[in-house]
Amino acid sequence: MATNTPDINSRNDTDEPWDLVIEPSRGEWSLNLGEVMRFKDLLFLFVRRDFVTFYKQTVLGPLWFFVQPLLKVAIYYVIFARVAQIPTDGVPPILFYLTGLTFWEYFASSWKKTSETFIENQHIFGKVYFPRLVVPLSVMISNGIKLGIQFLLFAIFWIYYYAQGAEIGIKSTIVYLPLLIAIIALLGLGAGLIVTSLTTKYRDLKFLLETIIQLLMYLSPILYPLSLAQGTFRTLLLLNPMSAVLEAIKYTFLGTGMFSLTYLAYSAAFAIVLVLVGIVVFNRTERNFIDTV
Amino acid sequence: MGRVLEIRNVWKQYRLGEIGTGTLSHDLKRWVSRATGKGDPFAKVGEENRREEAGGSYVWALRQIDLNVDQGEVLGIIGKNGAGKSTLLKLLSRVTRPTIGTIKARGRIASLLEVGTGMHPELTGRENIFLNGSILGMTRAEIDVKFDEIVAFSGCAKYVDTPVKRYSSGMKVRLGFAVAAFLEPEILIVDEVLAVGDAEFQKKAIGKMKDVTSSGQRTVLFVSHNMAAVQSLCTRAVVIKNGAVAFDGSPDEAIREYLRQSTPEGNLLDFAERRGTGMVKIAEAAAHGALPDAAPQTGQPFSLRFKLHNPKRVNATDTRFDLRIDDQFGQRVAWLSNTLLNTDSEGVPDEIIFQVEKLGINSGIYYVTVYLEVRNEVSDWIQNAFTFEVAEGDYYGTGRTAPSNQSNVLIDFKVKYHV
Repeated sequence: MATNTPDINSRNDTDEPWDLVIEPSRGEWSLNLGEVMRFKDLLFLFVRRDFVTFYKQTVLGPLWFFVQPLLKVAIYYVIFARVAQIPTDGVPPILFYLTGLTFWEYFASSWKKTSETFIENQHIFGKVYFPRLVVPLSVMISNGIKLGIQFLLFAIFWIYYYAQGAEIGIKSTIVYLPLLIAIIALLGLGAGLIVTSLTTKYRDLKFLLETIIQLLMYLSPILYPLSLAQGTFRTLLLLNPMSAVLEAIKYTFLGTGMFSLTYLAYSAAFAIVLVLVGIVVFNRTERNFIDTV
Repeated sequence: MGRVLEIRNVWKQYRLGEIGTGTLSHDLKRWVSRATGKGDPFAKVGEENRREEAGGSYVWALRQIDLNVDQGEVLGIIGKNGAGKSTLLKLLSRVTRPTIGTIKARGRIASLLEVGTGMHPELTGRENIFLNGSILGMTRAEIDVKFDEIVAFSGCAKYVDTPVKRYSSGMKVRLGFAVAAFLEPEILIVDEVLAVGDAEFQKKAIGKMKDVTSSGQRTVLFVSHNMAAVQSLCTRAVVIKNGAVAFDGSPDEAIREYLRQSTPEGNLLDFAERRGTGMVKIAEAAAHGALPDAAPQTGQPFSLRFKLHNPKRVNATDTRFDLRIDDQFGQRVAWLSNTLLNTDSEGVPDEIIFQVEKLGINSGIYYVTVYLEVRNEVSDWIQNAFTFEVAEGDYYGTGRTAPSNQSNVLIDFKVKYHV
């Protein structure tokens, strides 16, 4: 290492403070959220871009928001309800799956897309500075809007089954829904921030991720009710922070499932810690990542 | 006028070697072999580092850069490819951080994006103006105010609602430049963008840069290989060499210093900045006068000699060899090509020589771009591969010389008086 030390005797010819000081990263830990706020216009332009390009690039356009979940539910219906005959707590299987999947997809797609932040944007990150956190936040918001659209599909099915006389009803716990969605959003964001920071160094993590997400889905009460799980499997399920959230959602809309504030508190705490760790790791990576790609 | 930028003892180190093993399995293998006392399986053996003095697997891309820039200055930054100009710009635009040292700035620093950076092909010109502007740090309101001016300047008014994927590359550059030009940051970084785009737009762009700078409010850092632009736009220039500031002063002197550095590089085989399939490569280049050890001189015989690396034994009749000679300001002086002449050479060449009986180029420094084609495919193409200097000479055999600031090209002529 060179031993030259910074010139401390530099002239101070003006008293005006500097607006910007660029220094070597000294391993400081910061969230840097104030700067993100100044770029909120960019944040919403990114969200807009995601939607416009999705809309323009596909033949079916926004219809895909409905086709995708419907296809998945159809497949799960055949495999889990028909072939495996796994019970769904007396709820029509299609509605049961759709409830879980609608919200699970928000988590999974946010996680996956956020995990691509550095690799997907390395070209632009290499040219110009803006707080990189804007990109994952925009992913979280656009996927949130997507959730809103897909929630409509869920609502249509819910009304249909309700009219058919299925024993479902909306519980008062619906007031917790925004909180539940926030927990999902933070879990997806936090996990994605950590993975994308790691993928700048370990590219092959990208291939593992798909499998991990798939595996986690089967470790969540989406295609089967929590009530079916016993013993260690049940413990394992409850360790998954998504489980309590999904169960609470099912309790709210379907009347089955479990609504436990204790487990929800665990999920919320998990999400907050994950996001804080994620942001710090992300901010540390952002500083010099362009040197390693 | 106040100081707007202060670069203090800035060093930037890049790590070589271990980079590029970025997979988990590699790191695991490395860890296992270290733990078992074997060597690093991914350390490159006998790897040569082209940049001299690189210690171990680290390389200093910048060494001890000290620069102060005052408000209103237009600072030209010149240097050879790989000298560290881009690294310096990366630090200034906050894409990466220095290893040692500090950079302090007053006001906003924005850089002109390369063609299409941050533009999305599916979005329209209008949407891209907003996107690009926000990426550069403008708010929506700021862009709204300047939107019409930006569109007018870019000359894309008719296509503002057309997706950018249908734009020509020139239009994309114009749009990109227009956004950045109206961003009006306190410190604007311009990196060689003016090289792209048509002549009319270049004029507009240079005019805009002059506007921006003539107010004395804004500061511009201008990185370019176009010496004429540096000379006409900049108030001061620095030459970067091997990661350090080799010269800091007036643009004229800086250009002279820069050209003095870029003496002909005999060996071109290791030159990285080239395009083409590499089937036949230009290995060595030399320019000389009447004798192989004589310097080129106006009015004297002149030769440009290229040794070829031709392992596939390509026949001379299958090749096309073009030479472009530009003056130090990037203005074209001559274009030579073996296809212009009837050459009867058969067989496998390992050297090609262009001979001029009487050199009609005035004294000065010239750049040579070489272009080699094999069976209509680009084989080797090196922009500004090397430079040569022409010494003053007696072209007309009268003992008088034409001033080099009058003309680069000399032609035979007669003067007759009708009385």
